[in-house]
Amino acid sequence: MSSDTLTAILFVAVVLVTVGITFWASRQTKGAADFYAGGRGFSGFQNGMAISGDYMSAASFLGISGAIALFGYDGFLYSIGFLVAWLVALLLVAELLRNSGRYTMADQLAYRMKQRPVRTAASTSTVVVSIFYLLAQMVGAGALVALLLGADSEATKNLTIVAVGLLMIFYVTVGGMKGTTWVQIVKAVLLMSGTILITILVLAKFDFDFGELLGAAASNTGKGDAFLQPGLKYGIDTTSKIDFLSLGLALVLGTAGLPHILIRFYTVPTAKAARTSVLWAIGLIGAFYLMTLALGFGAAALLDTGPDSEVAASGGNLASPLLAEAVGGGAGTTGGAVLLALISAVAFATILAVVAGLTLTSASSVAHDLYATVFKRGAATERDEVRVAKISAFVIGGIAIALAIPAQKLNIAFLVALAFAVAASANLPSLIYNLFWRRFNTRGATWAIYGGLIASVGLVFFSPVVSGSETALFVDHDWSWFPLSNPGIVSIPTGFLLGWLGTVTSNEPETADRYTELEVRALTGAGAEQAVHH
Amino acid sequence: MSSLDQYHDHARRHDPVYDDLHATPEFTRLRAAYRNFVFPATVAFLTWYLLYVVMCNWATDFMATEIGDNINVALVFGLLQFVTTFLIALLYARYMGSRVDPLARGLEERYNSETRGGAR
Repeated sequence: MSSDTLTAILFVAVVLVTVGITFWASRQTKGAADFYAGGRGFSGFQNGMAISGDYMSAASFLGISGAIALFGYDGFLYSIGFLVAWLVALLLVAELLRNSGRYTMADQLAYRMKQRPVRTAASTSTVVVSIFYLLAQMVGAGALVALLLGADSEATKNLTIVAVGLLMIFYVTVGGMKGTTWVQIVKAVLLMSGTILITILVLAKFDFDFGELLGAAASNTGKGDAFLQPGLKYGIDTTSKIDFLSLGLALVLGTAGLPHILIRFYTVPTAKAARTSVLWAIGLIGAFYLMTLALGFGAAALLDTGPDSEVAASGGNLASPLLAEAVGGGAGTTGGAVLLALISAVAFATILAVVAGLTLTSASSVAHDLYATVFKRGAATERDEVRVAKISAFVIGGIAIALAIPAQKLNIAFLVALAFAVAASANLPSLIYNLFWRRFNTRGATWAIYGGLIASVGLVFFSPVVSGSETALFVDHDWSWFPLSNPGIVSIPTGFLLGWLGTVTSNEPETADRYTELEVRALTGAGAEQAVHH
Repeated sequence: MSSLDQYHDHARRHDPVYDDLHATPEFTRLRAAYRNFVFPATVAFLTWYLLYVVMCNWATDFMATEIGDNINVALVFGLLQFVTTFLIALLYARYMGSRVDPLARGLEERYNSETRGGAR
């Protein structure tokens, strides 16, 4: 059997299994609570797996190992930031949110604010963050399929992006949160298994001596000890060092503001189950990120990662699949072909599961926040709301497809880091203020969200990522004046500052009784949404 | 439309049972127990993490010190971030289970009995 046939079979298998799950889930999905929150019937462990499946995106699997393969130690910051960030979610957000919200991130703000302005703001930032994140996943899918077909054909890449887009729309519209969750659980199992396999094979090449693996990476890349030390990418000058700090902040503060992660806490019956799910997620995600060290340095040790290599041309995104081929026996061997096909299928499943979660999140927010509350002023029926969510999934999917096609040469981990910066700037301040600050009000919430959103997206637009550098989206133009590629260090404080400023300058009457209610409910679960029993 | 009308039905549905629960000494103890753990812990892990990022940038010589076969301080420091993350997560779960959950359960039961068997 040729490797192309095998790859095709595995990809089709991934698609068939996930489509099957989706149809099965659609039969269990009856009301809005099923569609938005999977009936709140998942166990802590199941949700922990699904969170891992939702979180370990193409950015983690392809992007981080690629960043380590190209820049050595500096790529490791992604793993650390992405993991430590879970403590913010665990300690400050997960349980309180589970008790005080229903379906979307905005629910929690709307608990004590004016409905229409805060829901409009929160829905806007939900959609923007999710689309940034979607772009990264679709770019990964395009690169992956182009590698497998051995052709650098633009048409193939674009076709893949369209196909992934259509599949995710299908998962969400047919399977809702139940289907999406099970797709994520299956993906988490596949991803962990595939990563463990490659990690063992890589370490076996070096007699399970990690020091030897590092040494080989240092010498194979020709960069020596500098490859194992911080600074290769970010240590060049003060600007790049501040960029590193900015990235570090965005990573650690972004997770707890990611709407597609936040709504996963609604899929369990109690706050305690939300806690258990985050504990499982931290264990699984931590183990996975430890293995990205072996994948990244393994790729640097065993592959050509020089400036003209295939790995470098893909922005590092292809390091993991090519590494799988190498440890399987190399290009042209059966073992190499099997492992390449296997790991590519895992990466494909990874991407599908994440894009489904993102699309569901944005579609839910458009239907539940914008349509039902802002347009219909609470007069929409449940059926109507779910129908609008499905239509929104089509629209958002279409937008993501259209934007992903021109974004294809950016590193995926880097693109996701931008989504984290937007989440940390626009969403985290209002979430934290709302849960812990009695005086916080509508103006504070909208200023925090719009301010953080405009600051983060605006600074990216005027950064060297978009124009004025060799790797920019628009190479031939230069309107950049903001020197950093990650805006976090400016935009996150901006979000917090504007949230405070908006609150203290507003003359809105205080809603102390609503905060009292929110506080009691968030901490005790009294009156929180219950699981659905069929 | 007055500004209060815009507060959705939630505002009009405010249930005084929450005020009663809020005023109990159990709730005060619950909130203090929760905050006494999470606020210091958050400051601690964020400081520890930022120290790591700052040292990667500005203490490069120290971070480059080799302490084993190709293993340097930077790698160990990075791995320690994993260790502390796991540790804080487990400590939090244990603390909440023993100090916070019993209080929360008591208040929730009180809520359920006062609202005739729960919200639903």
